[in-house]
Amino acid sequence: LSHGAGGRAMAQLIADIFHTALDNDWLRQGNDQSVFEAPKGRMAMTTDAFVVSPLFFPGGDIGSLAVHGAVNDIAMSGAKPLYLSASFIIEEGFPLSDLARIAESMGAASRAAGVPVITGDTKVVERGKADGVFITTTGVGAVPEGLDLSGDKARPGDVLLVSGSIGDHGVAVMSKRENLEFDCEILSDSAALHGLVADMVAAAGAALRLMRDPTRGGLAATLNEIAQQSRVGFRIEEAAIPVKPEVAAACELLGLDPLNVANEGKLIAVVAPEAAPALLEAMRAHPLGRDAAIIGAAVEDERRFVQMTSSFGGARIVDWLAGEQLPRIC
Amino acid sequence: MSVVAATGASREPSARLRIRLRGAVQGVGFRPFAYGLAARYGLSGFALNDGEGLLLEIEGARHEDFLSALRREKPPLATIDSIDVERIDLCGDSDFSIRESAGGRSQTRIVADAATCEACLDELFDATSRFHLYPFITCTHCGPRFTISSSLPYDRPQTSMAPFAMCADCARDYADPRSRRFHAETIACPTCGPRLDVEPGVIVERIRAGAIVAVKGIGGYHLMCDARNAGAVAELRRRKERDAKPFAIMAANAASLALFAEPTEAELDLIQHRARPIVVVKSRGTPAPAIAPRLTRIGVMLPYAPLHHLLFHAAAGFPAGRDWREEANDFVIVATSANPGGEPLVVDDADARRRLSSIADLIVGHDRAIVVRADDSVAAVVDCAPAFLRRARGYTPDPIDLGADGPCVVALGAHLKTTVTVTRGREAFVSQHIGDLDDAESVRFFDETLRHLLSILDVTPEAVACDLHPDFYSTRLAEEMELPLLRAQHHAAHVAAIAAEHGVSGPALGVALDGYGMGDDRGAWGGELMRVDGSTWTRLGHLAPLALPGGDRAAREPWRMGMAALAAIGRLELAERLFPEAALADKIAESLRRGMAPKTTSMGRLFDAAAALAGVCLEQRYEGQAAMEFEALVEAPRTLPGAFALRDGVLDFSPLLSLIATERPSPREAAEFFHGALIEGCAEWIAATAQAQGHSRVALGGGCMMNRILAEGLVEALRLRGLFPLLARAVPCNDGGLSLGQAAMARAAFAAAEREKESAACA
Ligand SMILES: [Fe+3]
Ligand SMILES: [Mg+2]
Ligand SMILES: [Zn+2]
Ligand SMILES: [Zn+2]
Repeated sequence: LSHGAGGRAMAQLIADIFHTALDNDWLRQGNDQSVFEAPKGRMAMTTDAFVVSPLFFPGGDIGSLAVHGAVNDIAMSGAKPLYLSASFIIEEGFPLSDLARIAESMGAASRAAGVPVITGDTKVVERGKADGVFITTTGVGAVPEGLDLSGDKARPGDVLLVSGSIGDHGVAVMSKRENLEFDCEILSDSAALHGLVADMVAAAGAALRLMRDPTRGGLAATLNEIAQQSRVGFRIEEAAIPVKPEVAAACELLGLDPLNVANEGKLIAVVAPEAAPALLEAMRAHPLGRDAAIIGAAVEDERRFVQMTSSFGGARIVDWLAGEQLPRIC
Repeated sequence: MSVVAATGASREPSARLRIRLRGAVQGVGFRPFAYGLAARYGLSGFALNDGEGLLLEIEGARHEDFLSALRREKPPLATIDSIDVERIDLCGDSDFSIRESAGGRSQTRIVADAATCEACLDELFDATSRFHLYPFITCTHCGPRFTISSSLPYDRPQTSMAPFAMCADCARDYADPRSRRFHAETIACPTCGPRLDVEPGVIVERIRAGAIVAVKGIGGYHLMCDARNAGAVAELRRRKERDAKPFAIMAANAASLALFAEPTEAELDLIQHRARPIVVVKSRGTPAPAIAPRLTRIGVMLPYAPLHHLLFHAAAGFPAGRDWREEANDFVIVATSANPGGEPLVVDDADARRRLSSIADLIVGHDRAIVVRADDSVAAVVDCAPAFLRRARGYTPDPIDLGADGPCVVALGAHLKTTVTVTRGREAFVSQHIGDLDDAESVRFFDETLRHLLSILDVTPEAVACDLHPDFYSTRLAEEMELPLLRAQHHAAHVAAIAAEHGVSGPALGVALDGYGMGDDRGAWGGELMRVDGSTWTRLGHLAPLALPGGDRAAREPWRMGMAALAAIGRLELAERLFPEAALADKIAESLRRGMAPKTTSMGRLFDAAAALAGVCLEQRYEGQAAMEFEALVEAPRTLPGAFALRDGVLDFSPLLSLIATERPSPREAAEFFHGALIEGCAEWIAATAQAQGHSRVALGGGCMMNRILAEGLVEALRLRGLFPLLARAVPCNDGGLSLGQAAMARAAFAAAEREKESAACA
């Protein structure tokens, strides 16, 4: 892959790769923008840049991740995702075959989710100015009538649920990066959650306070963000938080806390206590919520601490981290 | 209050002196002491407590006698920092009076809590005294101070004695300048004072029957049980979820302690210090071995509250007379802080009932509130002098002299064994041990401690210091304070702490032999040789890096460090034989082969590695367990030629690790070779650098200096090389002393910034 001289032909080649992989009516029109029918009512919009190393990991790659990421961010408002856009920054010298693989994976993810990528852009930059491929996706969606989810809506007493096991994505990526092998391969949980969300909205409706996908920084960062936004604390139970045994083992090996590890196909929900049982039931009925669990509750706490009760009673503060997990024990 | 001064016949002319005393001069019986002196020398005048300390005016002929007596004698709890004398006009008053306290911005201080004095003990066991068997007996020479005070000046309304109105007898003593209880803010008696809610006899009975009893003391609750009852000790471990960490014991007196331990003379002095710290001394292996499993030293202490004495009195069968107070008694109790699962001490009764009900069979409270929490202090005699392992009750808030004036700064420590430091003028006030900042209770205690310290010192900080580590609560809090912020590198702060307490000005050379601190490269440092100058530092050397497989996991599981050592010496194939039980051993071996794990230069992890290779400790159940058990095996360190290599400031113990891993010496031999090699290696390393840098003094800091064998061996080896080693004396060498070093660094940084501002303004 090269840019500059002969760049025009190359640009065409790249555009073709994406058009083929993501093919739909809008892209076929070949305009610089896409025009679509807007539904009545409120809309949700999100944008996210994806940088991940390695680009291909067990259970997904940067392409599917970019689709799922945008779809999920829209879905966390309770909205039905409608359209995506995508922009690619490609490092000079990046193998075309890998690019095609990413494009195809993106197309497959978009088709499976039923959310088309209707406009996009590609740029090739000099070697060293990017790391392989960076993708930015933007999504729009339609918010159902009467639903108003927001990070500042958690109230003391509200129940906290997670849709399944945590840490899968981050550990899959890290195992790949560190070349670790386990008896049972750890796959990223990367998935589009809007189907699960639709079922949850149907089950709990206005009793739902908020949803969030605990991506970078993991459950710990997400809960701390919500605690700040909502001015509450959270109490979670270590034993109630689903972690796959192989993920736990990998965390033990690498010295990671699964609470700080990224997820790409999980969500947490805060719901009024009376609606929690119905919500849990609806989540468990969906394939992506099979392992859903109630893991704690929002509590009154002027300091907005997230605290985790361990199996033997003590409670520790679950903090968000400035960056990678550093040691603390002196 | 006034008395007529005796008129002494004297040939000297009369004069009036104004005497200003600064230091710990309030609440320690200084005014009655001055009153007594004035009476002795026939002087008139007055004594007055104010914001700066104590103000005396004396008038009469024998004023010089008064002054020299003042310099010679002083009440036991007083510390005089300065005496300023000024001759003023005669005023011709006829008597010596004690005036009411005057307010004003406080430059004075609250003194530390002190153990019950001998005079009070005499009254406690005197059937004719109105204080007979009264658990709250105190006087101006003893009793709680810091732990019952909410703010300065130290007056009853600002203490938790406020709700107790004095009875006529107490009021009389309080007002009587000849009484030991003149202005004793804690004065109380059975008629008017606080009450204990369970009789000492009942408490002892329950302890004898094997119960675990929570007892409200001075700075918090203790959990007590019969130290000779292995079942009770095991049950206490189970309920406290503390399955191996050593407990301290309390015995009636020195003679009783001698049944269980062999303190040296210096250690006995420290044990009997009025702060009554826990002192770590040679154990006789009794009472129950489970008190300090696999260790040869044990923490011991003597009674310090009247209630403790009453318990031992009850245990001795309520004898009359005073002989029992010196006689050996084999009744000995485990006395451990009542803090469920590592949380800070429980101090209030409601809280105690809530949090301790699942741990204690009986909860003994009383109605005098503990305002400020303070754990028992823990100390040891290292190189013939006391050194702290934990500094709290009995010592806080005594200041540390920084040798020079400077801006007021606060320093917030790191993450484990935290303390905070506030400076005022030339003094640094290091808070009591707070604990590990990983649970909400500890964080609350941390905030409370900082607030209380700022309030009793009545200062507004101009700068703040914290650790370099971005993810500590202390760092976050420092960032939120909106003050000039110094992020002090962990090991530079360890060195700076020692330099500060020893008054080293200018550049200091030092080592930090430590567990972990973040380097400026975000690396896991911990065996660092540094030159620290004010707030700047240079890393001159470090230990050869070992892998740190699994970050903090490796700190909890020494076998992982054993694996790292095997990787370093290229003998990973030994892993199977050395660590057959470790489930993840082959995975870790694999990642070590690929060189994936982060690296550490930590001395603490080197200890872990060696202890694991020697088969001494593969998993730690408390912090420092491997190193402590390894040290406990040493009778005398042994030197081993070629045990280390020194190259460009990098000290490499691979040959030593190789010997332990491949020749499989006995655990004792391994421990002795290890300590011997460490002493020799570190001494060579330090001496070479000291010579190159032109330093003769070397600060020895970091948590590993709690290891007595290493500390004493290294000190001796350095002296032999003509150097002057400095140890941490005023604060712990571990992270408990870190805030002092951070504060010193922040003061230097702030002063440098001010100088720069000034010179910029001039230019
Ligand atoms: Fe340290
Ligand atoms: Mg986003
Ligand atoms: Zn006394
Ligand atoms: Zn009274």
